[in-house]
Amino acid sequence: MDKNKKINLIIDSKQIEADDGKNILEVAKENKISIPTLCYHSDLKNKASCRMCIVEIKGKRGFFTSCSTKAEDGMEIITSSPDLLRARKTNLELLFAQHREECSDCVTSHNCHLLKMAKEMQVKIGRLPDRKTGYPVYEFGPSLIFDSSKCIDCGNCTEMCRKQGINFLEKRQKDTFYQVKPKLEENRDCIYCGQCLVHCPVGAFEAVGEFEQVEEPLKDKTKKVVFQFAPAIRTSIGEEFGLEPGENMFGQLVAAIRKLGVDKVFDTSVAADITTIEEANELIERIKNKGAMPMFTSCCPAWVKYLEFYNPAYLSHLTTVRSPQIILGGLIKTYFVEKEGIDPKNIIVVSVMPCVAKKYEISREEMKVDGLKPVDFVLTTRELARLFYNHKIDFKNLKPEQPDDPLGIATGAGVIYGASGGVMESALRTAYYKITGKELENIEFESVRGMEGIKKAEVDIGGQKVRVAAVNGIANAQKILRELQLDSSTYDYVEVMACPGGCIGGGGQPVPTDKEIRQKRAAGLYKIDKEKKIRLAHQSDIVKSIYKDFLGDEKNVHKLCHTKYFPKKREVEIKE
Amino acid sequence: MDKKEDTIFKIKEVGLTGRGGAGFPTGVKWEMVKNQKADKKYIICNGSEGEPGVFKDKYLLEKYPEVVVEGIKASLETIDHSLAYIYLNKEYYKQFNKKLEKLCDGLPIVIFEKKWGYLGGEETAVCEVIEGKRPIVRKKPPFPGESGLWGFPTLVNNVETFYHVGRIKEGNFKNTKFFCVSGDVKKEGVWEFPAEYTIRQVLEETSNFPEFDFFVQAGGGASGEILLPSELDQEICGASSVIVFNKEKTDPYELMRKWAQFFLEENCDKCVPCREGVYRISEMVKAEKLDREFLDEIFFVLENTSFCSLGRGVAVPFRSLINKVL
Repeated sequence: MDKNKKINLIIDSKQIEADDGKNILEVAKENKISIPTLCYHSDLKNKASCRMCIVEIKGKRGFFTSCSTKAEDGMEIITSSPDLLRARKTNLELLFAQHREECSDCVTSHNCHLLKMAKEMQVKIGRLPDRKTGYPVYEFGPSLIFDSSKCIDCGNCTEMCRKQGINFLEKRQKDTFYQVKPKLEENRDCIYCGQCLVHCPVGAFEAVGEFEQVEEPLKDKTKKVVFQFAPAIRTSIGEEFGLEPGENMFGQLVAAIRKLGVDKVFDTSVAADITTIEEANELIERIKNKGAMPMFTSCCPAWVKYLEFYNPAYLSHLTTVRSPQIILGGLIKTYFVEKEGIDPKNIIVVSVMPCVAKKYEISREEMKVDGLKPVDFVLTTRELARLFYNHKIDFKNLKPEQPDDPLGIATGAGVIYGASGGVMESALRTAYYKITGKELENIEFESVRGMEGIKKAEVDIGGQKVRVAAVNGIANAQKILRELQLDSSTYDYVEVMACPGGCIGGGGQPVPTDKEIRQKRAAGLYKIDKEKKIRLAHQSDIVKSIYKDFLGDEKNVHKLCHTKYFPKKREVEIKE
Repeated sequence: MDKKEDTIFKIKEVGLTGRGGAGFPTGVKWEMVKNQKADKKYIICNGSEGEPGVFKDKYLLEKYPEVVVEGIKASLETIDHSLAYIYLNKEYYKQFNKKLEKLCDGLPIVIFEKKWGYLGGEETAVCEVIEGKRPIVRKKPPFPGESGLWGFPTLVNNVETFYHVGRIKEGNFKNTKFFCVSGDVKKEGVWEFPAEYTIRQVLEETSNFPEFDFFVQAGGGASGEILLPSELDQEICGASSVIVFNKEKTDPYELMRKWAQFFLEENCDKCVPCREGVYRISEMVKAEKLDREFLDEIFFVLENTSFCSLGRGVAVPFRSLINKVL
């Protein structure tokens, strides 16, 4: 197919020029012509199962699903006619009648396509009894809940789970219906990435506690509450309030969290700077002492769970450095409380994360610091937005504020952690300095940025070639592991993020999430980095003083910054 | 090769059409697969017959398996580097596997047991099942002739179609069809008649024309249309089966419940109108309370927005029974 070939067609009497090779739905969307659809997602294959996006084509008999019909030169397409409206209305009523509504507690409540369409088409929602009343609710570890009574069988979640290389969700027959169900085999487990959730069009998946438990961290008035928020939140939370993806809401975010009545607001990116330094040190040491190579990043708890369960032979490759939220939580309950003279037992640490696997990460026993969990609660981006709504905080219009000392100001390196390739780029910036004693001239590693699933590069550090790969999506990580099985010396350093695009595309992020949205969120983070005065983790004054005062002590570094991994048996229990 | 010796030429010459129900010209289908450029090609002899009242493939596998295999052999010779499957439902596999294996000895033919129900007989679903997946209908185009089993060009023909090709090879082709007659009749069975026979002719010549008040379901015991005695002077659309119902002794709701159950069990649950529409129909006929207006809406989306022909065909039996008999 000629990529530059253009076609001319008419949609609803509008003359349109489009690239050849697209389907009708895509062409319509590009031209701001809306065709209702539920099962279409640009990340996934066209299943054409919801039958809502039907159109008519002049000169052809019948209806065509616009998501699965190629736009062709000379086509004349009609997106709305009495027959089309009639068919859509009935299909929507049938769809609605299988889905059990729970609108007051739903991840899509601000942006529910079903409800929006039902209003537009004047569907009588309650005419038929819900077919799926009484269908099972499944809990996947401390991370995800799947309420199958809300499922409309579109198959986005099963496809996404398969695309992730996990295949934990499947359609299984029960009575006369195929139903989405978790697999029961002992050799399969959920890794808690939450991609099912962000690809579900009707809110059948939610994070554990979403939204019933969002107020929980604020309840105990006898304790001090400290919030931290992940790098990837700042350019995505605006979407929950109708803003464009990628808009930097850092200042408003700090101000809004403060309005919740919390005692301190810190930036997880500060701890990302510490992760960077520790990880750069470990990389240098592994190269020098011929440790298990390549070294894998470990900030992504879904990736860690993947290796622990599916591929424990590679556990020695994972850097022992803890993830930023865990390091910051540990610092708050040791370094910070010591400074302030507070009993660490009287502090509650809350992390706001773009991730549902982070809820799992804080439940890991080996993360405890002096017997305390470093982080007590994890809220997703969506949950924090819900908290703001609950507390009637006018998020968009708040005056920007700065986070608190001493864990408030991060470098640009700590911010780009939220995008795929960011951890590696940050570590390389610092490793270069540590190896050569010089600063990089050009600190931007374009080759590991972007939405590609696997990004490979060879970096020259003082005459030494370091071969790196930045990977997003577990299926892509599986490809790298297969490569390593054939030749273990292919790479020196591999960054893996389970979610497409990295944390900006995480399972805790606003819905919808798609490629275009992920790109904008990532671009927002790189813009923040570019505008930062300090963009190298090792140049941060805060980090320097933490190392001087606290992490200079080997014992403290070990306790707060490093961890262990264990081969795991299946954790998700399903009662059938 | 002499053109007259060419199987495709001969098939086209006699005008053979597919006997699985859709009636697509067989020669065109063969040519499409033959002309594709590919390292590998597949041939599937579809013996997944599963609709109530349709049992002519069983009859042919029982009486003329060597003719069917002859037809498959002809396709293997016509289509380069091809491998064939004989795709049988569970019952047929059990019954005919041994006999067929003997007949296929030394030929690149695999006998495949289908572990699924009716829908597993749709040509793209057949490909899914042989690939080890559950029977979900694929989007067409591409047609199996372009990209079928494991993405290779695939010829899918019904058992009876291969039977007729076998007869063509023998020089013994008569343009006939195998008709299944069942229900409230004296003599159930399969008969071979000229392809253009009407329903009346079939019933009369088999001495099965009823003397009581009756209606028939023609073209499959689930998706076939209900016809009254005054409507029998026509050929059968779809599967060539006629089921006779004694009007007085037949409970139309019972009949609709059977159909509804069949479709509930056999559809793939992929698209909304078929999965949810069939369910709502089934609830109505269970309760014997028909909301005619809503039924019309369901029929409309089934016929106009279903993904495959199974869904598009669900409305026919219900609508014709409700309008003519109820």
